[in-house]
Order: sequence, then C-alpha cells, then structure tokens
Amino acid sequence: MAKSPATPEQLEADYGPHLNYTPEGGWSKESRTTPDRLVKTHCCFCGQQCGIQLKVSQNQVIGFEPWEEFPFNRGMLCPKGVKRYLQANHQDRLLSPLVRTSGGFAKASWEEALSLTVRRLREIQERYGKDSVAVFGGASLTTEKAYLMGKFARLAVGTRHIDYNGRLCMVSAGTAYKLAFDVDRSPIPWSEIPKAQVLFVIGANIGECAPITTDYIWRCRDNGGKLILADPRMTPISRNADLFLPLRPGTDLALLSGMLHVVLRDNLQDDAFIEQHTSGFEAVKASVARFDPRTAGEMTGVPPEAIEKAAHWFAKADRAIAMHARGLEHQSKGVENCSALINLTLATGHVGREGCGCTMITGQGNGQGGREHGQKCDQLPGQRSLLDPQAREHVARVWGITPDELPQPGYTAQEIMNAIHAGEIKALFSICFNPLVSLPEADFTREALEKLEFFAVTDIFLSETAHHADVVLAGSLQEEEEGVTCSAEGRVIHIQQAVDPPGDARRDSEIICDLARRLGKGQFFPFTTPREIFDELREASRGGHADYYGITYEKIDAQMGVFWPCPTLDHPGTPNLLLGGVSFFPDGKCRFQLAEWRESGDPVNEAFPLYLTTGRVVSQYLSGTQTRRIGALVDIYPEPLAELHPRLAEQYGIADKDWVTVTSRRSEITLRASVVRTIRPDTVFVPYHWAGRKSANMLTHRTLDPRSKIPEFKVSACRIQRASGPIEGERD
Amino acid sequence: MHGYEFYVDPSRCIGCQACVKACEECETHRGQSMINFDFIDRAETIATAAYVCWHCDEPTCAQVCPADAIKQDEDGVVHSALKSRCIACSNCVLACPFGIPKIVPKYEQMMKCDMCYDRTSVGKRPMCATVCPSQALAYVKTEDIAARREKPSNIFYFGNQKITTQVYMMTPPDTDSVTLDITAFMWEQTHAGR
Ligand code: SF4
Ligand code: SF4
Ligand code: SF4
Repeated sequence: MAKSPATPEQLEADYGPHLNYTPEGGWSKESRTTPDRLVKTHCCFCGQQCGIQLKVSQNQVIGFEPWEEFPFNRGMLCPKGVKRYLQANHQDRLLSPLVRTSGGFAKASWEEALSLTVRRLREIQERYGKDSVAVFGGASLTTEKAYLMGKFARLAVGTRHIDYNGRLCMVSAGTAYKLAFDVDRSPIPWSEIPKAQVLFVIGANIGECAPITTDYIWRCRDNGGKLILADPRMTPISRNADLFLPLRPGTDLALLSGMLHVVLRDNLQDDAFIEQHTSGFEAVKASVARFDPRTAGEMTGVPPEAIEKAAHWFAKADRAIAMHARGLEHQSKGVENCSALINLTLATGHVGREGCGCTMITGQGNGQGGREHGQKCDQLPGQRSLLDPQAREHVARVWGITPDELPQPGYTAQEIMNAIHAGEIKALFSICFNPLVSLPEADFTREALEKLEFFAVTDIFLSETAHHADVVLAGSLQEEEEGVTCSAEGRVIHIQQAVDPPGDARRDSEIICDLARRLGKGQFFPFTTPREIFDELREASRGGHADYYGITYEKIDAQMGVFWPCPTLDHPGTPNLLLGGVSFFPDGKCRFQLAEWRESGDPVNEAFPLYLTTGRVVSQYLSGTQTRRIGALVDIYPEPLAELHPRLAEQYGIADKDWVTVTSRRSEITLRASVVRTIRPDTVFVPYHWAGRKSANMLTHRTLDPRSKIPEFKVSACRIQRASGPIEGERD
Repeated sequence: MHGYEFYVDPSRCIGCQACVKACEECETHRGQSMINFDFIDRAETIATAAYVCWHCDEPTCAQVCPADAIKQDEDGVVHSALKSRCIACSNCVLACPFGIPKIVPKYEQMMKCDMCYDRTSVGKRPMCATVCPSQALAYVKTEDIAARREKPSNIFYFGNQKITTQVYMMTPPDTDSVTLDITAFMWEQTHAGR
C-alpha cells in the first residue's frame, strides 16, 4: 500500500513547499558582486532553454547574470529564469534518501534505500513477471539521463513499460510531424520567424509559455509582418494581433479545415508545390469540402469573414509560418489538429523556403531532447522505432546484446497509470514526474498510486506524488550534472555542472547506474561521467533521423549549439530540416494526412454546459515541484484562479474574487474567480500547476488521442456555481 | 550611455514581470525592485505596462526635495535619495509627474530607478532591459531602435508643462511627443494653445 505515510500538513511542515525569497547568504553578501565563477549554461524552466550565467560562490549558486552572447535569447529571460537560482540551497531540498515508515518518512543510507529498491523490484518481478514493473521518466532530464532511462528500463529492469511526462506535452504534434515529414522536430530555427510576412499562431500562449518567442514575433511585425492569433482566450500577445480568432475550445480542426476550404475554393493553393513535393492531397481536398466558412464559423464561433481573411492572408503571403503549442495538441484529436495545420502549410506551399514553415513550440525544458533517444515506450535512440528490426539490431549492437533481448513496445504514461489502477502493473520507478498534479483525473491517479505494491521516486524535492513512495532517492538539479538538452528550435545545447549535489544527494545518472549494477547489469552501465553516456548515445543515434554522432560538447560550446541531425564530426548541423520541401521519407515527399473531425471525449451538454480549458501561467513551471517553492515567483500568481467572462459571471451572480465551484463529470474544485473580458463567455480557464483540492487536473478526463495517447487537457465539460468559501481544510 | 539609450514601449509588454524580478537582482538594489508595473485594467484587457524612471533632464523630484537628497550625475541619471540626507517626506513622490519615486519604509528612504548605474556606468546593460522577453524595455543602439515600427520620443507634455527626458517612449509613427493628460485632448485646453 503506497498511501501517504503522514498527513499532508505534517509532510508540508517537513518538506514544503516553503518559499525561498533570498539568495544564499542574503542580498548584501560580498560574494554576490565577486562570485568565484560565472557558469554559462541554460535555464531549466521551459523549452526555450535560454542561455544564462549562474553565479557560483563556494559551491553554491547565489545568483545569475544575463548571457547576452547566446544567440537565441541574447540575455532575455522570463521571471522563472531570473529567479531559478533560488531553487538551489532550498530548505526543502532532499539531502538524503528517505524510506517510508509507519510514522512518516525516515532518512536512510544509500545502501539501505537502493538495496530495498532492488529487493522489492526483484520480488515483484519474480512473482508477477517482468512487465509488472513500470518506469517513468521526464522531459526536464538532460538527454543523457533520458537515454539512460530507456536503457535502464529495458536492460536493467527488463520491462517493456517505460514512458515519460512528455506524453502529456506534445506527442500529438510529434506524431503528426512524423506522419507528414518522417521527423519529429521543429522544421525551422527561430531565426526564420522575423522573416515571415504572416504568422499564424494557434493554441499557443506564447507570452506566458514561450516568453522569448514574443520578441521574435514583434520583430516580425517590425518588418511589416502580420500576426493572426487563434485562441479561446486573449493571451498577452493578443494585444498586437492583427487578426484575432476567438475559437471555441476543441474546434481548432474545424477552423483549420475551414481555412483550407477557403484556400481551395478561391484557388490560392500552390499547385506546383503540391505536385512536386507532396502526396495525398486529393483525399484531404475532399475532406475539407464540407467546411465552408459558414459551417466552420458555426462550429468554432469565429465569424466566417474572419476565417476567410485568415485563409487569404496566410495563403497569399509569399512567406508565412504557422506556429502551435499545447492548445492544438492537448486534444483527443491532437494528431488530426496538427495534421490539419501541416496540410494548410503544405497546400499553400509554405514549406522549405526562407521565412516559411510550420512549427511546434516545445514546452518542457528538454521536451525535444527527452523524446529522441528511447525514453518513449515505442522508441529507440536516434528517434528510431522499437518495432524496426534494423533499428533493434543497430541499438542491440551498440549495447552489446542481441536484438531479442530488447523488449517490445510498452504502454504510454496514462496507460501505465490505468494498468496500475487495474492491478496489472504492481511497481513503479519514477524520476522527474509528478503525475498526481500533471495527469488528468487526479483522484484516479491517487487511487492508482495507493494500489502500488512498491513505488520508488527519484526527485530533488518531495513532490505530491512522492508522498506515496516507499523509497525516495535524493537526486540532482539541472545545475548539478553536466549534459545536453535540445531546445524548441532543435538546437542541441550544453548544460554545465555549476555545483555539486548538496548533502548526500547524488547525481541522477549515478543513482541509475548504481541501481543497474545492483540489478546485475553493471556491465551495460559502466559510465562514470555524463560525457561517457553522451558518447554512447552518439553511437546509438548514429544513422537515425535524430543523428547526434557529429555533436560533441566542444562543438556545442564553439558553435553556441548544434542543430540535429549532425551525422559527422565535420558536419555543421541542420537548422532547417525541410529545405527545398524535401522530407525525411525515402521518396522525399511531404505527406498530406486526412484529418477527420471527432467530438471531444468529454462533450458539453445541459448538465455540463461550459468548456473547461487548462494551461500555464508565466511564473510557474509544469507541476510546480520547483517553482511553487520560489517566493518571488509564487508572489506573481499565488494560487489557481478560475477565469470567467463577466457575462458568464453575472449569470451566476459571481463577482471578481468570489469563490466559485467548478464541477466536471469527475470531481469539483473551489477557487477564487478572476472575472475578465478576455475569455470566451462559454469557457472557464484554470491553470494547472497546483496540487490538492484546487488542482485543475481533479476535473480533467482520461480520454486519449488514439494514436499519440495524449490526454485532452484543453477540453472538458464543466458547470460552475458561486461558493461561500474554500472547500473545508483548504486555505484561503 | 556608451552609445546605448533606454527605450520603453508598453505596447509590447506581455506582463511577465521579468523586469520587476530582475531589478531586485541588480547588486546595489539588494532585493528591492524599482520598476513600476501595472495591469492596466485586468478585468477589461490583458494590457500591462512597465516603466522605469524617465530620468528627466530637469528632474522635478530633485527640484522639490527640501533636503537636497536627490542627485543627477554627469550621465543624466537621477539617483535614489542619499540615505544620509533623505527625510522620507514624500515631496518627490507627490511631485514626480510620472509617479516614479517610492518611499521604502524599511529603510525610511526614497528609492527609485537608477538605470542600474553600477552596470550602465561600466558599459553593461540594465537588468530589466536586458531580460525583458518582449523588449518592451530596451537598452539598445539608435540604429537598432530604428528598425521598429514605433518611433522614439523623449518629449512629454503634461498640460502645458513640457518635459524632456533621457529615457525614450516608443510612440506610433506619426507622433513626435507623448501626451499623458486628458486635458490636452479637451477643446478648451488645446484652444489655448501650447
Ligand atoms: S523559463 Fe523559459 S523563457 Fe523563461 S528564462 Fe527559462 S528558458 Fe527562458
Ligand atoms: S521621472 Fe520622476 S523620478 Fe524620474 S527624474 Fe523625472 S521627476 Fe525624477
Ligand atoms: S519584462 Fe518586459 S514584458 Fe515583462 S513585464 Fe517587464 S516590460 Fe513587460
């Protein structure tokens, strides 16, 4: 039974979240002006991966200095980057392993914690079979660690069930890009953005979730570019949108199909491009026939004239870029949505030329690199398929095993949780993942975690998920272990180790290798440094689409990043993936994909008449395990609010800051209302970074996109009611 | 300074408050932020604005200070009140037409934006304008700002009072000054002429 061993209050008193406001030693400490070292590295708090210099004094991170030479952000940072250094030396930091006792968590030695972990995993696998253990990884890990997790699960644990929290992020986009271009990466570097004449941004709160990209968009407008923005909310960049399309949640596919309908109706498609560079156009053409602007308007709530205007602007521009993020992707038709956007880009010939393209905006720190080298349930390093016999052979050779020793694909993240709930999976080893906050339907996740016979967590802070663990292994922060990540634009960059892990905490890769040795597989995990892991990763990825063979730490430093694929040591890297409109398929064609309309998995009806959509705020990162402990960030947006339009609020007698209960088919939460004219009156927005009784994911549902298995965080049905106060036991 | 000028363009601001948080990190500010940040009217709009001190050529704040605590240096930067002189009377707070100076109760002292003088005086860029992800606050060369659709102005009218400043406001391309008082739009005022 993995029930929490103490009350939430007790755990909070011991492990936080507490708020850190001041740098180690205080604001006036002499060493702040004269640090021992400035370490050129990157921010850990989103896929922009901004260059930043950490100030280090006596093995402590004590502040930051902008890194203006790094070309992507040129010194720019959002508040998360500015204050990220406050996660170091934090009072909540786990300084040694913990084991569950009847009275709470007790400090343990590494020997005790690791031998217990190995013994329990073995017992459970002997009793229930190899696949009764699952492994969770995360997309904030460096690429070396993500690679290691894939190898650890398949070789050391010997399970087929390994997946990661990127499954909740943008896998639908990755699937769609693979279907269209056979490669999963933004096809363009960000330097193309200012060159476009039209930018079409759909389902991407760029100002808050990819803040630095704002500057690229404004520079595009300085060059005369126009911004089209489609979103159910007027997000910060809407203030300079030239055309705003306020679509209903979950209707992106109808909008995109309507736009393509108009393009074809008005004969604005690029016939030569379609002819030379694509396949599958006719079927797509037929599929959008019914989406005339009026129909699309009725489905989306966007005026038909606005749909026509958007289609005309996008198609008539010589150079146009379509950009999207979780709004488009977090739907049970996420792959279709992204395919529809790619179809529009292909039909108008905006692929493979300067200032043209479609691109997904990565959210998690290493959301890109974390999904390239085997941490996904069906994937081998180099973005290869676990089902491909040649790929199996190549990776087996690099690893020194036979292909038969490689397990077959396993379950995706939500499917793993479902299988735990169903009793099929009995034990879980998790790193860098807080599913209790980030998976949909939190009560279901909690029930599942309570059913685990054994649960081991590796983390830096005791997350809400870790409350259910039997063993907690004290791991490392990003600044405590060297490695690489891959940014939103596909640039592989170098994360420097700035300081050592504090106390008895250990580097994540050391923990994993130690466990592998104890599981009797030490010969496959001889690594003593991240560089050795990276060198093996380079070989394992060699010849794959995400080919890292030609990338070295030194080359990254010299070039300020290297775009993959980079197949040889003298190769400069590949910023533009589809130059000349040539895809990664053997025939070089880009493939149109049918994108057929489907209703949401949680439809709005009389009982639940409103849309609920979830997302992020600029001051918090993911499940908040780190950022809910940084006082300066918490102050910006301290707790989740339910955003409502005044027209809706008035209908229910709710004023700004009143308590409101939001109820879905799963559960209810009670929050304060934020009454704003910037959200559709049929929609409620709640940001998701918080745990407990105000957690947005108490309300969301487990419907998955059938191909990518991404949950539908952006569309649920709900109803609202004015409440007199918070739910009992919750703080104001 | 050193070929760079400070430009403020609220129309680009995305409300992230990186500037507010970064201001605290400038060594001499010691955890105190000197940025004026506003949600203009969150109920009605997502528009936000962040301002630094405009560093007036003839600073009203300094003129009204009875203790002569507010100094302008040779680079034109108007500094926080000198701790040894400031009597925390709030005259400057009330007099500044832009509402910039603040009394910090903890120190019983007026503190305000000093354009990160410890940085700018040695050729570094100020914290806020370096980190601002939308470059609504920008500290750049003249030729860089010329690439923008808006255009810089450092002439402000408050009714009939004309103020020129070190810091520039970005304005729509067809204007050359900024009018911040409603009376300037009123027929009886404009009729009287500037
Ligand atoms: S959170 Fe993202 S945008 Fe903000 S500083 Fe870090 S990498 Fe840059
Ligand atoms: S803007 Fe206000 S504080 Fe700044 S110099 Fe002018 S009067 Fe003084
Ligand atoms: S950092 Fe820039 S965008 Fe963010 S609040 Fe300040 S001025 Fe606005």
